[in-house]
Amino acid sequence: MPTIEEQVAELKAQFEEMKNKTPSNKLAIIAFSGDLDKVLAAFIIATGSVAMGMEVVMFFTFWGTPVLRDKNRNVGGKDTMGKMFGTMLPKGSEKVKLSKMNMGGMGTTMMKSLMKKKNVASLEEMIVLAEELGVKIYICEMSMDLMGFKREEMIDYKGLEYAGVATFLAEANDSRVQLFI
Amino acid sequence: MSEDINIVKTLDLKGLACPMPVVKVSKGIKEIEVGQVLKAVTTDPGSLTDFPAWAKTSGNEVLKFEQDGKEITFYIQRKS
Repeated sequence: MPTIEEQVAELKAQFEEMKNKTPSNKLAIIAFSGDLDKVLAAFIIATGSVAMGMEVVMFFTFWGTPVLRDKNRNVGGKDTMGKMFGTMLPKGSEKVKLSKMNMGGMGTTMMKSLMKKKNVASLEEMIVLAEELGVKIYICEMSMDLMGFKREEMIDYKGLEYAGVATFLAEANDSRVQLFI
Repeated sequence: MSEDINIVKTLDLKGLACPMPVVKVSKGIKEIEVGQVLKAVTTDPGSLTDFPAWAKTSGNEVLKFEQDGKEITFYIQRKS
């Protein structure tokens, strides 16, 4: 028959183990898409989640990566493919287009003016707000490498880090909500 | 408005669209003490469902709300 002390100690150990397995009140978003509408949705959910008292981490990968380029920064020393991706992919949040009804850019322009009229925050404003609210952003290192982007051409964002799938999974494992956008 | 509710802060959120009303109200509530009441005025119809949802999740309480045309006024008490 184990003593009371032993039983308490065992319960304590089990409780600690359970506590470690319980995810945090956190949201992990994979921002895969480079479409204006989808990136906007990702940032609205991210900032809204902070308002709800959650911690938020965003992982920008693949087509989402160029959204975080700085429009004013140019870097040299890229190979042919890097130069091609650099030219063909949007240079920053102002250049991303709608996934539907883009109509050669006309649709995106119209949507932006409509958003302004209806007082909906722009993507640029949302990124600034996310930074202010402490939304953590990771950029996929492999996407950077694949598309030939350099760290010097990405935006200044507090706490911005470059990471891989393991970092995302570790964060996702510790998050109550995970979204792929 | 009954006199027993002690409003210590008022937020004008008129004209703001999702997610700004909840983002601002979540900031505002942190600037008052537990037990005090925040008044928030919005024109976003979505806030009718969003504010109670936000309050429930963040552990605060919407004491009451009033609708006057497009304007919605919330009285939110900080609980934690």
